[in-house]
Amino acid sequence: MKKVVIYVLGIIAVMGLSGCGYNTMQMNEEAVKAAWGDVEATYQRRNDLIPNLVEVVKGYAKHEKETLQAVTEARGKVGSIQAGANVVNDPKAFSQFQEAQASMSSALSRLLVVVERYPDLKANQNFRDLQVQLEGTENRINVARTRYNKAVQEFNTSIRIFPNSLTNSLLLHLKPKEPFKAEAGAEKAPQVKF
Amino acid sequence: MSSKFEVRRQKRKRNKEAENSARRVAIRVVLFSILFFVAFSFGPNRQLDSILRNPYSELISLPAAYAAEIPALKGYINDYANMMSPSIRSKLTNELREFERTDSTQIVVLTISSLAGQPIEDFSIKVAEAWKIGQKGKDSGIILIVASQERKMRIEVGRGLEGKLTDLTAGRIIDLVIKPRFKRGDFNGGFVAGVAAVIDATKGEFKADDAITPQKKKSFSPLFTILLFGGIGLLIMGSFSRVLGGITGAIGLPAAAYLTAGASIFTLVLFGILGLVMGIFLPFLFSGMGHGRGGMFFPGGWYLGSGGGGSGGDFDSGGGFSGGGGDFGGGGASGDW
Repeated sequence: MKKVVIYVLGIIAVMGLSGCGYNTMQMNEEAVKAAWGDVEATYQRRNDLIPNLVEVVKGYAKHEKETLQAVTEARGKVGSIQAGANVVNDPKAFSQFQEAQASMSSALSRLLVVVERYPDLKANQNFRDLQVQLEGTENRINVARTRYNKAVQEFNTSIRIFPNSLTNSLLLHLKPKEPFKAEAGAEKAPQVKF
Repeated sequence: MSSKFEVRRQKRKRNKEAENSARRVAIRVVLFSILFFVAFSFGPNRQLDSILRNPYSELISLPAAYAAEIPALKGYINDYANMMSPSIRSKLTNELREFERTDSTQIVVLTISSLAGQPIEDFSIKVAEAWKIGQKGKDSGIILIVASQERKMRIEVGRGLEGKLTDLTAGRIIDLVIKPRFKRGDFNGGFVAGVAAVIDATKGEFKADDAITPQKKKSFSPLFTILLFGGIGLLIMGSFSRVLGGITGAIGLPAAAYLTAGASIFTLVLFGILGLVMGIFLPFLFSGMGHGRGGMFFPGGWYLGSGGGGSGGDFDSGGGFSGGGGDFGGGGASGDW
């Protein structure tokens, strides 16, 4: 009889391990990491475009030193921030990353507004190509961010719903992850000064 | 003296019998647990989990889907805005079918009358995520989307083709090939030239596999997992009583079919009857074999379990046009005319 009890307990343990959401939570965390990888790659892609863009604009708009410098500085700041999969687990690093990228975005959009004043530059094929690439990259960033947020939402839900929350507090100790927030200042269009 | 001895012997015998039956129960329990474990380690748990845990997940995400209102994928040319003449439509369909046959790259055209206020990029990625154009793994899909009222268009490029059809190339196709023709009002010419340019740009990136028809990878479907579970539940119920097993089968099998494939009422009834029969006879077979050697009993339960999976197999083979599971990452370019 004792043996039977042991067997039954064994089964309950096996069932428990699968039924308690241990695997689900692990899988969801990996999904978040994968989505984060995409986010980083798309931001990196934008960063790689910037030197070319600055170069082309410089040729036509020499007087826009400040704006160009802001872009270069923002790029430097983005580059100095340590990235990697561990950013996902560190809210401080995450907000730092987000901040740096946001300042990059605003510097870039200011640059593109300034460019409107230079018809020659706008007609330049090189510049137009870069603009298309930049648009494509921004769109990719958007998609990657949305998917990251979706993965985070799924993960955060999976560690909060009932049997999983118990497993998490006992075994895994996973913390909820931060989603991207709408960028501060993104709601207002950059100003055009004359 | 001798009677006392007799009583003791009988007692011992009874004890032995009880021990034997206990052992049998234990063996059965262990085998159940093995089945259970096998079911868990093979099945795509995430899918199953999401079905079991959150059957309303589709309802929850409904508002977003509603706002987008993704049109149904009908074929290579989905001309909802009636921008093409019928002859052009069939010409392009043939061209694209041929291209997919030789290169396995799937190009689909969608025209809609209005974007309902959302940016074309947002709409486009939603369509791409819903249609999954292109082959899984190759991510070899392209969607050309045109919104006639907003006079906007976009070429959405699958991840696998981003190297060949870069944003820049896509942008040039829009600006230099499609846009001028659309501006003149020559929509037929714009679509023909645009599709030809996209084909030229992506030609040779992929080759069709040996099999002409895209083979669906046979993976363990959630149906398989649910059926395994159902089989185990059935056996447990059936070992209590035959009626209980029958009821479990009659309810469980159609429920499993409905959950995984959303079968019609007719098939559900059919499954109910099948489940009833299985529920009554499966545990009988199982326990009958249980009296024999342990090795015999495992295959019996196993094959019957998966046999049910075979009979309930392909629900979704409609034979219609569909995407192959291609992934999009937001590559491509947009433009207007």
